This record gives sequence, structure tokens and C-alpha cells, in this order.
Amino acid sequence: MYWDQEKECISRENLEQLQLERLQSTLYRVATHVPFYRQKFKELKVDPDGFRALSELAKLPFTTKQDLRDNYPYGLFAVPLRDVVRVHSSSGTTGQATVVGYTRNDIKTWSELTARVLTGAGVTNDDVVQIAFGYGLFTGGFGLHYGAERVGASVIPISSGNTKRQIQIMQDFRTTALICTPSYALVLADTMEEMGINTSSLSLKYGLFGGEPWSEAMRHEIQNKLGIIATDNYGLSEIMGPGVAGECQECNGLHLNEDHFLYEVINPETLEPVKPGEIGELVITTLTKEAFPVIRYRTRDLTRIIEEPCPCGRTLRRMERVMGRTDDMLIVKGVNVYPSQIEHILFEIEGTKPHYQIVVEREGRLDKITVLVEVVESIFFDEMKKQREMIETIKRQLASELGIGVEVKLVEEKTLERSEGKAKRVIDKRRL
Amino acid sequence: MLKIKNLEAGYGKIRVLKRISLHVNPGEIVTLIGANGAGKTTLLAAITGLIRATAGEILLKGDNLERLKPEGIVFRGCSLVPEGRQVFATMNVRENLVLGAYVQHRQGKRQLQEGIEYIYDLFPVLRERRHQLAGTLSGGEQQMLAMGRALMAKPALLMLDEPSTGLAPLIVKNIFQIITRLREAGNTVLLIEQNAKAALRVADRGYVLETGKIILEGSSEDLLTNRDVQRAYLGRDVKEN
Repeated sequence: MYWDQEKECISRENLEQLQLERLQSTLYRVATHVPFYRQKFKELKVDPDGFRALSELAKLPFTTKQDLRDNYPYGLFAVPLRDVVRVHSSSGTTGQATVVGYTRNDIKTWSELTARVLTGAGVTNDDVVQIAFGYGLFTGGFGLHYGAERVGASVIPISSGNTKRQIQIMQDFRTTALICTPSYALVLADTMEEMGINTSSLSLKYGLFGGEPWSEAMRHEIQNKLGIIATDNYGLSEIMGPGVAGECQECNGLHLNEDHFLYEVINPETLEPVKPGEIGELVITTLTKEAFPVIRYRTRDLTRIIEEPCPCGRTLRRMERVMGRTDDMLIVKGVNVYPSQIEHILFEIEGTKPHYQIVVEREGRLDKITVLVEVVESIFFDEMKKQREMIETIKRQLASELGIGVEVKLVEEKTLERSEGKAKRVIDKRRL
Repeated sequence: MLKIKNLEAGYGKIRVLKRISLHVNPGEIVTLIGANGAGKTTLLAAITGLIRATAGEILLKGDNLERLKPEGIVFRGCSLVPEGRQVFATMNVRENLVLGAYVQHRQGKRQLQEGIEYIYDLFPVLRERRHQLAGTLSGGEQQMLAMGRALMAKPALLMLDEPSTGLAPLIVKNIFQIITRLREAGNTVLLIEQNAKAALRVADRGYVLETGKIILEGSSEDLLTNRDVQRAYLGRDVKEN
């Protein structure tokens, strides 16, 4: 099921023509209307009228979160405020808040793109959609709300919080699609379990989850506990909100809305584009935004672009689920290592638990990295040979993924420190 | 159908088109709007080979047009209805249509007559006036004849340059209705117009051309509601603060 087949199945050649046309007019508009970009182009000696090919993208300046803060509140808007019909703001939990704006056309585009994401996840006009994302300055609630209405579904704008009421409404209103963060989906599932509610008595069929990184293990847990198809979707307010990318029912990577955004993956250290398919920082350029266009926005989210075609038939490429933030990156022996890469490999190996710790030390002049991983108890009752085999398997796979040698130690269940909030995965003992 | 990348063109030392990229998909009506002197007619001249592009690419069904002569471009399936109609005034309506079929000269008499009948069905007034000299037709009738003549070539892409110029409002309305009918008949149209509102109403998509550059691309619906377009081309009164 496609929402906009013409665009979602566009040929690469036609897509690139469209992207070039749209990027050229975006460059014209930011150079004319946004002093920040005019200045940047001047500094980097970029002629916005001289842009000829998508391959020249790397010559354009980056935009960072700090640039948004420096131009707080309206400095980066490309249209006068009288043309802006909506203002959203990021939470500001990691510093000063940032502000983004939308024209009437921007809201329309937003609705179209979230409608694509919803359709890809299975939602149709027959569905009853419970949106448990916050409404307000946060973009999550409104963005998917518009898309769900555009699709023609019956929308329950319940917003976040009040778990018991969420469950009550889910039962009474016969909700078929749930939209929230993946962790909240698990809270709902656990609460229902405590309340003795059999989830198979619910009408739920689909869940669209986003707003925070999650894992394949969590997807399985949500799917099993709620009996739904759980898809991932991605967005950020600086670009638009939800609708930037979303999974289809293949559940194997998020389709990028490449007719409205250009996606690049760069090495966050060197700022050079990575080789196709490699992990790095996602960088996004808007192609159709009117009020708040951004050029090469550094998302600080880590992912990789999947070049292989998706069996669903969409020609829009996919990105892998966000594996973490660039802030989590470690540099060991000059190699970039992301905790999520290690997590991904451990998850594939039978007998391991999803708890691990990465210890980085310096012995003499050399970095040494040790992965402590919890394993199921039975391994320790087995003969030593099995333990050694497991260690060797993990070592071999980590070495081939990371490109550096890694020590591995198996520890018993529940021996690694647990934290209340975000787990502490990395212990860096190097004194540099 | 038509794909243009980074086209530059001009007259002598004057660079009129600075960097034009646009495309027209099969079966689409795409309009190019812009003020006087923005480069609209220059763009058509470059596509039809009347002037040489100094840089960039023009592809029709995947074939490069930049190096071809105007007649070669017509043979590739690109027909122009020029501004001011340019019908052959001293020939009658039917003769004008027959000339339009020049690139189809290998077709037999029967096909030629069928083609003419098709045009008469599209523009019944031309059937009534078929023996009349083109120069004696009204402006609106001449516009229909010019369109009919271009269609006789069975073009893959039909380009219309300012079809509403100098016509009475009622006739303009009629001409735009005909353009809508052309799409229904499966034609692909690139429409150049100063009358932005009327053009956007019949087109699927549009481009806004300003001083030789495309400054905006979008669905007609989006362009009609874009405030910049409203201010500059639709004559909508917007109170400045």
C-alpha cells in the first residue's frame, strides 16, 4: 500500500532531476532571505547560483544546533512572520530551546509526508488511531495527527500520559493503531499485564513508534506483548518533525522521503561523506520547506543508508534505525567505535543478555577495549570449552565489524551495574 | 518527457538564462510563470533551437536537443505555438493545418484527413472557417488555428507561448478550457504565461522564473497559495506592515 505511488516509486533518474531543481531554488531562497546563509556562502566562497550537480553538495556549509540557538528565535526563517501559520519549539532539555516555523504549504507537505509514513506502516481510513505523543510545542503529536487525518483514519488525540486512561480508551474506542514512543508502548503493555488485561482482546493491529532510539529486541518484545506490527519512524523538529523517514511493513529500515529532503551520512570527525553503506552522522537538507529551510543540518544521529532496494516496491532508499548519538562515539586506536555496533552484534549471539559494558583503557601507549557481557547462567555450568568458543565467536565478529581487536569477558547475569535512566554502557579509563 | 539541466543561454554577451533546471513528465501540463523579461521566451527559443544554449542539457525523451537544428527538434516531437500565433495569413485554415503536418509527410492522405478532422473536432469553429484565409480570422480563432497547426505534427511535447496575449477575457477562458482538453487527450504541455492565475488553474505543476533563474517549483495548488507568488504574480493585495 502506497500513499503517493508516483513519488514513492519514482525512478532514480527522475528523483535526482527533481532534487536538483528543488535544491537550486532552495539555495536561491536561503541566499536571498536568510542572512545567516548569505554570510556562510560568502565565507566559504560558495556561489548559490553556481550549484550545478547534487555531487557538489559537500561544498555547501553545515548547519548545527548551535546555529539554531545563535539565531533564536526567528533568525533563520526564510519568510516574514505574517506568512508563518505555526511555530514549534524543541524541548530545550540539552540547552537553549530552538524555534521552527511553518507556512500553510509547509503544514500541507508535513501532512502528506506523515500520511506516507502512516500508510507504509499499515494505517488506512478504516483505522482508529490513538496518538499518545505529546501535543504542544513538541512536533510529534501534531505531525502524525495531520497525516492520520489526511489518510482518513479516525484520530484520537489523547496526547501523552495517564496510562490507565490510555488503556481504558484503547479498549472502549477499539483503537487499531497506537502512536507513541517505544518505551511508552512497553509501559502500556506492562500496565495491562498488571491489570490482568489480555492484550489479545484489544483491537490493536499496528504501532508506529519513534522519538527515541530503540532496538530490534524491543521491537520483538512490543510485537509479542501487544500482538501488533511495530514500525519505526524518524523525525526531528529542526527538519520538520515526524515524516522525515518511516518504516514500511517489511520492518527493515526506514524509507527516506528523498523528494523533500536530501540525506547524507558523514564522518562526524572529519566531516567527509562516508563510503556508501557505512555508519556515520545523518545530515539533512530540506528541499521544499518554505518557512524554515535548512542546508546540511547535522542531526547528530548515527545511522547508515541502505542502498539495496526494499521488497515493498518503494524506490526511496532506507536508513537503518538510529543507532545512537554522535556524542556516544568513542575513538579507540584512531577508529570510530559506536556502542550500538557492539550491541547489535551481541544481540545476534545466542546466550547473551542485553546488558554489557565497554571498558576502554590505555596500556602504555596503546588503547585497549574490553567488552563485559552478561550471559545466561547455564553457560557457566557448561564445560570451559563452550565458554571459550563463545568468547572467540564474539571476538571474531566484533573485530570484523569494528576493524580493531577487542577483549571479551563473560559475566554472570545481573552483575553489571543497572541505572535508573539511561544505561551507562561505556567506561573510559584513559587519561588523555 | 522533457528534462532540462543547468541551461544557460542568451543573446550575444547578454546571459538571459542563468541556470535553468526543469522537467515535464508525460501527460502533464507544466506552466512557467514570470514577469516580462524574466527569460520565458528565451527558454522556449533555446528548447526549439532558435538560439544555442551556452551551457547545460536539454533532453527530450532522453535525446539531447542542444546540438540539433530547429527542424530536427520539431522532427523529434517538440512543437511550438509561438507568441502572437504567427499563422500564415494568406493561406486558408485547411492549408495552415496541412503545413503543420509537414513532419508527418510520410503519412498517407487518409491519415492526413483524419488528423485534420481531429483538429476540427477539437476546434469546431475551424471546420466552419476551413476555406477562409487565416488572416481574416479573429484573434481567438487564430490562436486555435496556431494550436491546431502545432498538433498536426502529433508532437510529444506541445509548447505554448503566451496563448492569452491580446485576447478578450472570454476568449482567454475558452483557450484555457481547450488546454485542459488537450491534457485529457493525453498531450504533454509546457505552458508559458504571464496570466499566472489562469495558467496555474489548468496546470499540474509550475515553475516561477525570475531574472533568468527558477526561484520556485511546486504543484499549482501550492504555488497559488504561496505568498511570494501571490504578491508578485497574482496581483493579490497584501498589506505591508
